Amino acid sequence: MTGELGQLSLCLALALSVVMAVAGLIGARQNASRAREIASASALGFFVFIVLAFGALTYASVTSDFSVANVAANSHTAKPLLYKITGVWGNHEGSMLLWMLVLGLYSGVIAWSQRGGTQLTSAALGVQGLLAVAFLLFILFTSNPFLRIDPPPLEGAGLNPLLQDLGLALHPPMLYIGYVGLSATFAYAAAALITGVAGAAWARAARPFMLMAWIALSAGITLGSWWAYYELGWGGFWFWDPVENAALMPWLVATALLHSALATERTGAFRSWTLLLSIAAFSLSLIGTFLVRSGVLSSVHAFANDPERGVFILWMLVIAIGGALALFAWRAPKLESGTAFEPVSRESALLLNNVLLTAAAATVFIGTLYPLFLDAVNGTKISVGPPYFARTFAPLMVALLVLVPFGPALSWKRGDLKAVLRVLAPGLGAAALAVVIVLFLWTPHVLAACGAFALAAWVIGATLADFHRRPGAWHARPASTYASALAHIGLAITLLGVTGTTLWRSEGLEVLKPGGTMQVAQYQLTLDAVNGVRGPNYDAERATITVRDGGETLAVMHPEKRVYPIERQATAETAIRTTGFGDLYLALGDRRGDGWQVRAFVNPLAPFIWFGGGIMALGGLASLWGRLRKRDTATRKAASVTTQ
Amino acid sequence: MKALFLIFVFAIVGITPASAQTGPEKLANPVLEARAVALQKELRCLVCQGESLDASNAPLADDLRRLLRARIAAGDSDDQVKAYLVARYGKFILMNPPLDRDTYLLWFGPLAVLLAGASAAYLVMRRAAARSRREAGTTK
Repeated sequence: MTGELGQLSLCLALALSVVMAVAGLIGARQNASRAREIASASALGFFVFIVLAFGALTYASVTSDFSVANVAANSHTAKPLLYKITGVWGNHEGSMLLWMLVLGLYSGVIAWSQRGGTQLTSAALGVQGLLAVAFLLFILFTSNPFLRIDPPPLEGAGLNPLLQDLGLALHPPMLYIGYVGLSATFAYAAAALITGVAGAAWARAARPFMLMAWIALSAGITLGSWWAYYELGWGGFWFWDPVENAALMPWLVATALLHSALATERTGAFRSWTLLLSIAAFSLSLIGTFLVRSGVLSSVHAFANDPERGVFILWMLVIAIGGALALFAWRAPKLESGTAFEPVSRESALLLNNVLLTAAAATVFIGTLYPLFLDAVNGTKISVGPPYFARTFAPLMVALLVLVPFGPALSWKRGDLKAVLRVLAPGLGAAALAVVIVLFLWTPHVLAACGAFALAAWVIGATLADFHRRPGAWHARPASTYASALAHIGLAITLLGVTGTTLWRSEGLEVLKPGGTMQVAQYQLTLDAVNGVRGPNYDAERATITVRDGGETLAVMHPEKRVYPIERQATAETAIRTTGFGDLYLALGDRRGDGWQVRAFVNPLAPFIWFGGGIMALGGLASLWGRLRKRDTATRKAASVTTQ
Repeated sequence: MKALFLIFVFAIVGITPASAQTGPEKLANPVLEARAVALQKELRCLVCQGESLDASNAPLADDLRRLLRARIAAGDSDDQVKAYLVARYGKFILMNPPLDRDTYLLWFGPLAVLLAGASAAYLVMRRAAARSRREAGTTK
């Protein structure tokens, strides 16, 4: 039953999304308020049916209904309930349905928040509708999660053990809220080109969606990196894997977009550029999806590879991106109104930010796709790994970080560089202090550490100094002031984490027999025993390792090696002891003779990486909160005016 | 994304941090071993998905690590070891693609984008500044 209900819901959602697309686009004309109402209503209906479809699949998974092929292929009765739920999107079909759910949610929010909406909103809903039609056709024809098998098997095949983890379970929904949030921004950009509304009013309408997408992408990437750190057992947090890059590119462009849209909203500057960035951000999300789902680039994350799907997504890519760019080329020249600002001004700072972030995104794009390109051109196979990005991407980030504190400190239109430098001077002091401290500690790689810490201290010190000189009581300052300060400081904290982990890491790999000891940094690690342990759906070998510093026993840690018999896979379950300022990280490796491989890392400042990511996302939330509150007061004021 | 800065750090020093593969096959001479560890971070595990030799647990990676140490112990320089491996396995094994006719676009593409962006930004700024002066003139 649930399978049929889900299938029916998907079909009805498809019908409603067709209505939404047509009515929405008709509603972009002035005298079509009826069409606008129909578009809003069908968007809400579309949302309801997607929720039903998603609910049906979740129900099938939770009740282990193995007559649904997707559940049989990806679930198992022995799987814990939590992973039966999160396993819904732990496979290709389910993750596409999750994508639709988020698209439905955004459409619903647009329709709900703009009831009786404007032409702009209506056109945006129309474009959302077109995207929904494309994705629903994709799901129904190439990736239907509700297909049945007859007879149903007694037991399911299980879920990839790597995905049986809370961090990874939450990571895809976050990323999808990000990717699909960019689809809302994309829809608004297309709507701007259709209706000709592109200045401050447009930026105000589209900004909440940009922010939502950016916050979710930041959180999603942070979660993903954290997951890779503790789950893969290699002590690393970023591998320049194609799928990581696929999430990074939209994030970089979305970051550029947030900044350029600031200028568009405030002074109407860069309006067509902002629209182009909106189109680019979502296009890169689609390209990322294509890369991952089609199997063109192989990666750990590509859990379903199927050329037919790849071709379908490729067509969607061509039509969506090509259509949007054609629309842009046709309409954008009419939108631009010249703006005036001095070379020293916040507009210029935002422009530089955009140049650097766009170049960074282009670098990741080139580095990720070039091997494919070269293989297609002359069959040469090359690898593009971390050393490439170290030499191309990193210098751009250094330049960006040097400039970061200037943006918020400069005035619009005409800034005063000398005055700004006076305000930011404490940042230089902080940088000098950081250099002195690093020299005093005389750590490994002292030059690099000096550079990185000075840079981070400059960003934090100068940002705080700028925040401090702003007028008014702390609690009375606008949320946007907090937002930029938090986001920029978060960035610097992440830099600290990355620097500490990269430059000061100690690591060791030894084969220990029970009773054997190894030394990593100041710690002595003794392998006391390795015992067999049985989990709900796995068997584990669990090590007991005593950590001593000098004579003192600090902790007893238990890294595990798990074998999932149903899925026939092994995973490493690391043991991490963190002080907040550094991690001791242990992973149990293979058995060698009568000993065990034990891999140990001391990662100074590692928690700062994700801590900083969280603070950046918090900055985004502050901005979103301030904006929604402002809009709320504005609506209330408008309401009281009409009642008077 | 945060993670990227790791990379930035590499760029400043031009070195990779000391690393892990100090397993049973490590070389007795610590200087040579350090070279081996640095080298295996620059080489790719051929059967894995984007992992370096340093990070891989695959049996082939084990063999390659042993081979690499044998070459170093035999007195090969880093470049000779790389050339030997490239001759055997192709350029695919290098994580850091060498600059040659095939990779000009790869290496100079980012710079070209940066320069194009910077020139465009310069033109926009110049025009905006001219307009700003004109506006200041009309208000006077």
